[in-house]
Amino acid sequence: MKSLFKKAGLTALVAVSAIGLATGSAKAEETIKIGSFLAVTGGASFLGDPEKKTLDMYVEKINSEGGVLGRKLELIVYDSGGDPKKAVPFAKRLISDDKVDILLAGSTTGATMAVIPIVEKAGIPFISFGGAGVIINPVKKWVFKTPHTDTLAVQKIYNDMKSRGISKIGLLSGSGGFDKSCRKNVLDLADGAGMGVVADETHGKGDTDMTAQITKIKNSAGVQAMLYCGFGGATSIVAKNFKQLGVDIPHYQTHGSASKSFIKNADGGAEGVRLPAAALVVVDALPDSHPQKKVASAYKKMYEAKTGSEISSFGGHAYDGLMLAVEAITRAGTTDKAAVLAELEKTNNFIGVDGIYTMSPTDHLGLDEASFVMVEVKDGDWKMLK
Amino acid sequence: MFAEFLQFLFSGITVGAIYALVGLGFAIIYNASNVINFAQGEFVMLGGMGTVFFIGLGLPMPLAVLLAVSLTVIVGFGLERFAVEPARDAPIVTLIIITIGASIFLRGAAQLVWDRNFHSVASFSGSDPIMIGGASILPQSLWILGCTVVIVIALHMFFNHSMTGKSIIATSHNPLAAKLMGINTSMVLLMSFGLSALLGASAGILIAPISLTYTGVGIMLGLKGFCAAVLGGLGKPMGAIAGGLLVGISEAMTAGYISSAYKDAVAFIIILAVLFLMPNGLFGGRGTERV
Repeated sequence: MKSLFKKAGLTALVAVSAIGLATGSAKAEETIKIGSFLAVTGGASFLGDPEKKTLDMYVEKINSEGGVLGRKLELIVYDSGGDPKKAVPFAKRLISDDKVDILLAGSTTGATMAVIPIVEKAGIPFISFGGAGVIINPVKKWVFKTPHTDTLAVQKIYNDMKSRGISKIGLLSGSGGFDKSCRKNVLDLADGAGMGVVADETHGKGDTDMTAQITKIKNSAGVQAMLYCGFGGATSIVAKNFKQLGVDIPHYQTHGSASKSFIKNADGGAEGVRLPAAALVVVDALPDSHPQKKVASAYKKMYEAKTGSEISSFGGHAYDGLMLAVEAITRAGTTDKAAVLAELEKTNNFIGVDGIYTMSPTDHLGLDEASFVMVEVKDGDWKMLK
Repeated sequence: MFAEFLQFLFSGITVGAIYALVGLGFAIIYNASNVINFAQGEFVMLGGMGTVFFIGLGLPMPLAVLLAVSLTVIVGFGLERFAVEPARDAPIVTLIIITIGASIFLRGAAQLVWDRNFHSVASFSGSDPIMIGGASILPQSLWILGCTVVIVIALHMFFNHSMTGKSIIATSHNPLAAKLMGINTSMVLLMSFGLSALLGASAGILIAPISLTYTGVGIMLGLKGFCAAVLGGLGKPMGAIAGGLLVGISEAMTAGYISSAYKDAVAFIIILAVLFLMPNGLFGGRGTERV
């Protein structure tokens, strides 16, 4: 028995040293290491899954075209399951054990915020795919992000409403993180934009019927439009209920509804709904003159051909993150962390799928309201508005 | 004003009927075994997702519904045979924990086999709302109410006028005596799981055209159904129905007249108040100890 254990131990030792040798030889080739932790499984997998697929796909593509600075990219991805508590040890491992050169990670705002202290301490460039504005506002030295913030979306919606003479809205929001953050923005920005929120209703997670809330909004005095802040399946239920009740005021939703499944699942209820969307989501509706058309349709084509599934805006965040990093490293001519940081901050008019990035030491997102296009659902598809 | 009230009522009754069906499932298994089956919500999910899956295979809707219900009933049987039955002599708490485990397993398996996306199911008969007194109601809501009534009547007949139904009731009152009278009590338990699965799947299929369906749909519906069952008095089928409607209507009324932010809170406050004043629930008898 004892000798058996000895034997097993010996085998393990050999195996471990073999792995050691393998990584040793990999190091000799001087790859550029990209570290990532994403919510590949779990409740936020609809974010992490397309993000991982995008990174895999484009790292392979870049490597097949000769890599960056003549060096191959090496991608290390850990699955955080969307849990901020798991993201922390993964971030530590990526920084101290895997010794990655840059972090492109964090599917959710929660996971991103949890690792920021570690990243700041270690001093490593970190491009997050998390949604909320709090990630880069206030600016943290090493932290960047690619997705638009809900502040930009709300500004875009308010501008469209104003152009239609709407100044009093009824707000309905869900109870998820995105929903709450969006609701806060709607309320905070209302005064500055000259908008009045005359009804402020919410619904719970997993609710199956929002007709009561919408009836209340419909009957609020002076209401001129309804805005829904939400995400996932609830967006379709709201649109269905809105139609069922025969409400005849304009209906707005946010970029949280910018997916084809919103239209499909709403069973006709999405017709006439207006929302701000990333150019990527509505790429087919973009005119050829749109600056992002080329980049966005190339990404869409590649993603859909390789994965066989429909494009989502979330994979686009990862695409932009990777391309911004590659650009910065190329310009810096090194993977020296401070040099890459400096180059990231110098990003100027970089055309990504999420928008056109112009960063600075005080702006680590680099997008403005123009990165959204306002669309209306017409005949079951997106129609771009002026 | 009245139209508004009617609208809230329609909304409440529709979801309430679904809570009632889920609650009935809890009641039946509790009756037969004193176990609270926390996998009840997964039956709801399996009904809805199963229908989506079979329709996706190109089957016509009625056949897909039938297959989805059968699938769920088989899973219900399986749950009883392979998870609950082997631990039959364990304390009730252990059995309840087993059902929680089974629920997590079923949800995970469904996510692996199917996906995590939301799916819609076509309404049974069109989606043009019907106007009644200024309020609108979807044809699907009428389907939900109609089917719930039919199911409740059928269950009533089953429990009061069929030998199998009566043997389930007998077992719930006194398993040992029932066994001595020649009732196959383990068969009764199996039956009750199958029946609960049938109810859960029906609820899941009926609500799917209104609420969409996904692999996590059972979590919240299961919880609300459980509230309905507790509110009505655990193990009382009529209580579960009354409880479900009460929870559904109070949610809608609160959202409509007070504030949607307190919607869930009010439903739970009602439950607390009822249980505080009537510890055995609305329909619970005066603490008859089961020996």
